[in-house]
Amino acid sequence: MENSAAPRLSPRVSLPQRLIQAQLTVTSCFQCRKCSAGCPLSFAMDLLPDRVIRLALLGQEERLLESRTIWVCSGCMTCTSRCPNAIDIAGVMDWLKEEAVRRGRGVAETGVAQFHRLFLESVRAGGGRLAESRLLQRFTLFKVRRQPNWAELKQNLHLGWKLWRRGRVRLTGPAALRGKAEINDIFRKADF
Amino acid sequence: MKVTYYPGCSLEGTAVDYAASIAAMASFLDVELVELMDWNCCGASSAHSLNHQLSLSLAARNLALAEKAQRDLVAPCALCFNRLKVAEQALTAPQGGRLGIPYRGDLKVWDLLDYFSQEKFLQDLSGKVTRPLADLKCVCYYGCLVARPPAVTGRTDSENPQNMERLLESLGTHPLDWSFKTDCCGAGLALPRPDLIDTLVQRLYERALEAGAECFVVSCQMCQANLDLSQERIAQKFGKDYYLPVFYFTELMGLAVGHAAAPKWLAQHLVDPMPLLKFKGVV
Repeated sequence: MENSAAPRLSPRVSLPQRLIQAQLTVTSCFQCRKCSAGCPLSFAMDLLPDRVIRLALLGQEERLLESRTIWVCSGCMTCTSRCPNAIDIAGVMDWLKEEAVRRGRGVAETGVAQFHRLFLESVRAGGGRLAESRLLQRFTLFKVRRQPNWAELKQNLHLGWKLWRRGRVRLTGPAALRGKAEINDIFRKADF
Repeated sequence: MKVTYYPGCSLEGTAVDYAASIAAMASFLDVELVELMDWNCCGASSAHSLNHQLSLSLAARNLALAEKAQRDLVAPCALCFNRLKVAEQALTAPQGGRLGIPYRGDLKVWDLLDYFSQEKFLQDLSGKVTRPLADLKCVCYYGCLVARPPAVTGRTDSENPQNMERLLESLGTHPLDWSFKTDCCGAGLALPRPDLIDTLVQRLYERALEAGAECFVVSCQMCQANLDLSQERIAQKFGKDYYLPVFYFTELMGLAVGHAAAPKWLAQHLVDPMPLLKFKGVV
């Protein structure tokens, strides 16, 4: 097993304790690996879901927060549904993503993290609802600035044109809600 | 019959075809969809990925608004439905008051497919079918979040849901059996990691073809987008020649009962279903 050659870990208990407080009882895991067996995105992960739970149990925060896995998880909930010990594994992935961003150090999948951020900023800026076209523009701009992929951009523009011709692109966003102030309040209280 | 309707953001944007077919089929079944006044975005995957509290509060505001109307709440988007159910659970938990959003918890939240596949509607539908879809070889693709996780959705059939099959049977067709009806299409990763969508969706194409399918039937606009909008790109990437139209179940309802607007909804798809439907004698 690859584990035998791995450097020795020094377990820390603070991480599993914090997860348990968030109702994420990683300590119940008996390593059946059902989560990894059923994960549709395991092919894109650097740590399989059962490893994530194991490392969380051992308090290996840095390795988890730097992992690609937490960002390529699509939240399909297969692992959470099938866990015989009722661990919300996808919930653990979310907790780790939130923690990784909160710490403000680099994340393994900046594109995914930035997409989520722009999504939520678009909802707030739009007064409560998402204007898909606004998100698309902002995310495209981010990608072009970071590392332009002209072939992909051309493909996406072509796709946008085809959708436009079919009446599926709305350039003006939805009107701000009457409860816009409530929405702002929700964002503020959640520290976003 | 009146229900409160929570369309969600996509149905005002890229999924206008789904929205139009839902409106038409609701009125066909004498269901009045009363749009939830001043509804807001449920936060989708982005909120639960980055900010747990935000994801609960955004969805919870909608529940609190819906509760005032004292009618069941119906959501056509799998993700919206799921987020509303998660918020419902959080609000009715012992510490639910922490969110600061008052909610008694006597609201029933439905996903639209589940709502329309109630026995009374199926009976009504089957009596009104004028163009049975008998020859259409389709697979039902539910996606992830109408069914999973059972602790949230309350379903006992999350590994093998059957209600879309039942609904399509009332339209005169027999969907093919396959094992991938709740496998993930990649959903919101479509923009930041389209390469992952390609792998996931190509698998679904291959598995549907293996089952003998000529088309997909879906109940989620993210699934529809990933299967329909990416088809040309994926075919190119894998050197294949795919032709698998992706119908919303409400569109097939419209076709089967001969609704005049059905061709208009279908004309908004990227993979044109008309050649298949003409070949099958449905239109």
